[in-house]
Amino acid sequence: MSGQAQVQLSDVVRRYGGPSGLQALGPVNLEIRSGEFFSIVGPSGCGKSTLLDVAAGLVAPTSGSVRFEGKELHGEVPDGIGVVFQEDASMPWLSVRDNVAFGLRTSGLPKKEVADRVDHAISFMGLAQFAGHYPAQLSGGMRQRVCIARTLVLRPRLILLDEPFGALDQQTRLLMGDELLRLWRETGATVLLITHALDEAAMLSDRVGVMSARPGRFIDMIDTKWPGDRDSRIVSDPKFGALTARLWSSLREESLKTMGRVA
Amino acid sequence: MRWRHAALIVRSAILAFLIVLLELCCRAGFIDSLAVIPPSEMIASMVDQIRSGELNASIATTFSTIFIAFLLAVVLGTAIGALIHRWSRLRDVADPLLASYYSVPTFIFYPLLVALLGLGKAPLVVLGILSAAPAVVISTLSGLDSVAPVLMKLSRVHRLTPAQTLWWIVLPAALPHLFTGFKLALSYALIGVIAGEFILSGTGLGYAISYAYQSFDNRTMYGAMLFVLLVAVTANGILYVWEGRLARRRSRG
Repeated sequence: MSGQAQVQLSDVVRRYGGPSGLQALGPVNLEIRSGEFFSIVGPSGCGKSTLLDVAAGLVAPTSGSVRFEGKELHGEVPDGIGVVFQEDASMPWLSVRDNVAFGLRTSGLPKKEVADRVDHAISFMGLAQFAGHYPAQLSGGMRQRVCIARTLVLRPRLILLDEPFGALDQQTRLLMGDELLRLWRETGATVLLITHALDEAAMLSDRVGVMSARPGRFIDMIDTKWPGDRDSRIVSDPKFGALTARLWSSLREESLKTMGRVA
Repeated sequence: MRWRHAALIVRSAILAFLIVLLELCCRAGFIDSLAVIPPSEMIASMVDQIRSGELNASIATTFSTIFIAFLLAVVLGTAIGALIHRWSRLRDVADPLLASYYSVPTFIFYPLLVALLGLGKAPLVVLGILSAAPAVVISTLSGLDSVAPVLMKLSRVHRLTPAQTLWWIVLPAALPHLFTGFKLALSYALIGVIAGEFILSGTGLGYAISYAYQSFDNRTMYGAMLFVLLVAVTANGILYVWEGRLARRRSRG
């Protein structure tokens, strides 16, 4: 399946409050290949998160179509998609283990299988020591790992991440970036990452889409040509600096627009 | 934890000191026994009344009334709260009413309730509900408000049915607030029912206290009062401990 378009957005437009409302997004055309690590950067308020919601099937586009593995989505999330949000979506009343197992509550899998998958996801995300802890006892980064583990147990073919490390400090973000690369390599899933951190996009992605100020459209598409076994150490590669610089030169004008200034 | 423990000891010591002080003042004659009887006498009277079984009927009536009022207040309050939460227009109308509700002395409607429903359990249950239900409505609203929008998104990602969303996400997320409401509802139902019995009734603990008062039977009156006090404190204490256990899991770092 590798190399084929897994996600396909055609002329997607999204307006708030019906066809005559404020245009938040589009028109956007996008194809993401199966197994690709694709990131989207853009100025704040450009509709990045809206694009993710549309691609996940959480909201239907006002016009245009969204396809996942060839099937058109109509505002419901299909099987095979996992979403990690920017906000802390761990459940404070459940232990880490139960939080992770929550993903499989409706799966109808045998207990043994559920336990195996949960154990695997917990140790994969480095949470083994904390399985009995409650989210309130963990740091923000650890809680985000819990949410990622909860997505992993579902064995999604596409993982959507909406600024998952936005609330974390820089060091933790770099390390979480490494984790994300490892996860991407080992699961073979497609990753769509929304971020406002240019370095994060430059370091992690196969391709980066740059979006304009609202209504968000793609104004640049950058192929990073990183090797598959990259990690955060590539920040010292001269190419990393060049990529980040190119992202910024594409974005600077758009960011100024959102601040109400002319470039 | 150590400070909480120390605070508990200090609190208990102050209470014990006041009780001993009252006992001494009564025994020494600083306080007229027609006004207040010594605490030891109150306890003896309470034990006597419970042993003899003369309070049994009153206890059964009062607590069954409180229980029914509490249960109905919780069910009605939660349902109304959920309804108001669902429709924002309804909320615009209801919010100021709820905010000012407890400035209305509900008891003034009791004579009306007796006239409408007769002198049985019914007006007392209604009075209990009138006291308790709005607290449940208010706490249900703040509980439902407190459910993070991202958790509702999560429910859609996991394709949960409305019932699953309610049981697995909304209720547990709102539980701390709901619990506060239930605790208040129990106290308010108790106050409403016993006060109602006090004003106009032929049975129940409130009536027993009122009857003893009117017949200058201080010993019986204080014994019954102490009993009501102890039950109220115990019931609230149980809920308090339970709530603390739920909260500790969520908040202790």
